[in-house]
Amino acid sequence: MAFFLAQFLTGLANAAALFLVASGLSLIFGVTRIVNFAHGSFYMLGAFIGIYLMEILPGAVGFWGAILLTGIAVGLIGAIVEMVVLRPIYRAPELFQLVATFGVILVIQDLALMIWGAEDRLGPRAPGLRGVWRIFGEPVPKYDIILIAITPFILFALWYLITKTRLGVLVRAATQDREMVGALGVNQAWLFTGVFALGSALAGWGGALQLPKGGADLLMDFNIIGAVFVVVVIGGMGSLPGAFIASVLISVLNVFGVTYLPQSTLVLMFVVMAVVLIIRPYGLLGREEVAGEHGQVGAPETPIRPYGPVGQALVAALLLGLALLPLFVDQFMLILTIDMVIFALFAASLHFILGSGGLVSFGHAAFFGGGAYAAALLVFHTDTPMELAFLFAPLAAGLLALGIGWFCIRLTGVYFAMLTLAFSQLVWSLAFQWRAVTRGDDGLVNIWPSDWLSGTETYYYFALILGVGGILFLRHVIHSPFGYALRAGRDSARQAEATGIDVKRVQFAAFALAGAMAGLAGGIFVFAKGSVFPTELEIAKSFDALIVVFLGGVKTLAGGVVGAGFMTVVEDWLTRLEYWRLLLGLVIIAVVIVMPEGIVGTLRTLWRRIRHTDEETV
Amino acid sequence: MLSVERIHSYYGKAHILNDLSFEVRRGEVVALLGRNGAGKSTTMKSVMQLVRPKQGHVVFQGENLVGAPAFRVAKDGIGYVPEDRRIFTDLTVLENLEVGRQPRRHDAPHWTIEQLFEIFPNLEERRANRGKHMSGGEQQMLTIARTLMGNPSLLLLDEPSEGIAPVIVEQMAATILKLKAEGLTVMISEQNLHFARAVADRAIIIEGGEKKFDGSFKELEAHPEIRDAYLSV
Repeated sequence: MAFFLAQFLTGLANAAALFLVASGLSLIFGVTRIVNFAHGSFYMLGAFIGIYLMEILPGAVGFWGAILLTGIAVGLIGAIVEMVVLRPIYRAPELFQLVATFGVILVIQDLALMIWGAEDRLGPRAPGLRGVWRIFGEPVPKYDIILIAITPFILFALWYLITKTRLGVLVRAATQDREMVGALGVNQAWLFTGVFALGSALAGWGGALQLPKGGADLLMDFNIIGAVFVVVVIGGMGSLPGAFIASVLISVLNVFGVTYLPQSTLVLMFVVMAVVLIIRPYGLLGREEVAGEHGQVGAPETPIRPYGPVGQALVAALLLGLALLPLFVDQFMLILTIDMVIFALFAASLHFILGSGGLVSFGHAAFFGGGAYAAALLVFHTDTPMELAFLFAPLAAGLLALGIGWFCIRLTGVYFAMLTLAFSQLVWSLAFQWRAVTRGDDGLVNIWPSDWLSGTETYYYFALILGVGGILFLRHVIHSPFGYALRAGRDSARQAEATGIDVKRVQFAAFALAGAMAGLAGGIFVFAKGSVFPTELEIAKSFDALIVVFLGGVKTLAGGVVGAGFMTVVEDWLTRLEYWRLLLGLVIIAVVIVMPEGIVGTLRTLWRRIRHTDEETV
Repeated sequence: MLSVERIHSYYGKAHILNDLSFEVRRGEVVALLGRNGAGKSTTMKSVMQLVRPKQGHVVFQGENLVGAPAFRVAKDGIGYVPEDRRIFTDLTVLENLEVGRQPRRHDAPHWTIEQLFEIFPNLEERRANRGKHMSGGEQQMLTIARTLMGNPSLLLLDEPSEGIAPVIVEQMAATILKLKAEGLTVMISEQNLHFARAVADRAIIIEGGEKKFDGSFKELEAHPEIRDAYLSV
């Protein structure tokens, strides 16, 4: 019994930092509608800056003063990020901002590496709180007790700020209708900056406060962001008490998980989230997202038109060039092009549900990696012939998408995105922790194509035919009645339903199709590389695809393909440099700010402007 | 006080306002009349810079507003009550009023919450209620009160009588006259000619985003063909 209590207390103590970070994310999302992926980076900055300040400020006063100052410092950094990166793009489509925050993650990662080096740092102990107190005979670290004691005060302070102050009233009003708040004389820009700074400060405090229990390392940002999303979604986006309850729930669960089910700690969290969302789709204390008439910003969608003769000629020339490529280039270029084709198909499948369906999936890697793993598992365990195993890749990924889609499609917007993320993490943790079957992070190796396909050149044509075929097929579907129904559901679910379209069913089918196509890409991938590792299922993989789609342009059909080409080349070039993340992050941010319509969208707008200058200048 | 000069406004590619010009003088109540889709709301939004005119000027107290952010326009003294009310449904009545609060202005009447509760007694009873639990008429009063908290010198009221019970419409008319008596300049957009005549000094009629009539209600009565052509009576 005493052991249980001690475990429970540890969980409660762990909840403190998690709650701080999650409440900051929730706050930022509530007002700016930005899902700030860089929030984990602010947490990491909090840890590093905290250590630095604790080293120069001595004693107990110095320790707590350092924590306080850390939050302020991180808040200032957050304000700068908001002003420089996000402020220019608030009018861009919501998810573009998300890509920008991903760029911020990369930049901060490399800056942290430059400043603090790659070594993990152990956090200093809190002066005067080094030992343990015994509770019913069980040792509980003193610092844990202090954390448990101050968390309610933090919750109360935030609650007071949000419900009782003018700033809080403005924040809540802006959460609902920011344009109206502006029309009443409130400068939203400063409100946004203020909220972003406060949210970042909370993350910074979280990072500093956990130091005596942990430390600082360069993986903290990604490690916490999954848990934070889970907390915010379980609690309900925008609900502080919800975030608190969920932080406690997840932290306690983790502590017990480590004790009793050490193999499934990662899975556990996401299972809980999935269960909560199935029972309460908007989280424990959250409310349904009202797709407000006034929530929409930016220009309306331009209808997608089939290519004119020029476009068709360009595509034909590109295909011809690809077909003749082996005559001109070396093996390395061919392999790079295979990568590009695989990535293009993967991105096109995400683009299909995202651009045409309006379904922003954060977990598309589940189907890419899922397809790859499906084929690899068959070959590895049962020696299935390559041809059969290859066919199994899209099939299995499609089935997986049917299963995941059944849960996810009923949600919309951010909740949909989060639930897809959770499921993909679930799939990832299975691959990572179910070593008996998947060999964990040792991966599955020796998955080679049959002899008739084994030459690089032959496999290049194989990949090219299937990849291009898949992309053309998706394109064809978008221009079919099914595609019209899908786009109608994206633009106005209600009106689409009023015309007799079963929107959810159309979306469900599209989700499964996109999953199958991502699986096909995974299939081509696994036999090209001869191996598959859990990294193919990681969040980062899903984000790669998201970034590519946004860079290419969401509202254009060629967006995914062009983005994939751009990304493969840029990455190949950049990763040779030492601080490539910094550069890649800056490139991403620059593209987002300079070309808010994506590469293809910007080119298209330019092209139209050149052709229609006479009309426009009337 | 306000001078709209040859503005052109668009929604995407749709050309909504076409070369529209008019004036609002200090102390008067002007009614902007026209059918559904004539461009009344867009006119209001173009003044407020919620829709940005692509050409022309919106000059308020000697300053061109085109291109300024909406919050600037509000701070300059233009209060805007949107047609669809847009109260903050999760906030209480008092909190809604708090959002609208701005410092007092030397050239405009100053409002306190107590004074507003005198004008809109229903709101006082419901001061702690959330916006979503209020009737349409109460919500309309709340939006007006919320905007008055900003102590505007010019009030833009977009279709205040729309979707409200007739009794409340009469109350609304009395309220607008009271605001005028306090020295507020008001521009209302209306489809209800009867209501407009009861409160306004002057009528501006638009159709298809163009001005068709600008004059007193007496002149308008002298030309029933104008009324028949541009208003649905």
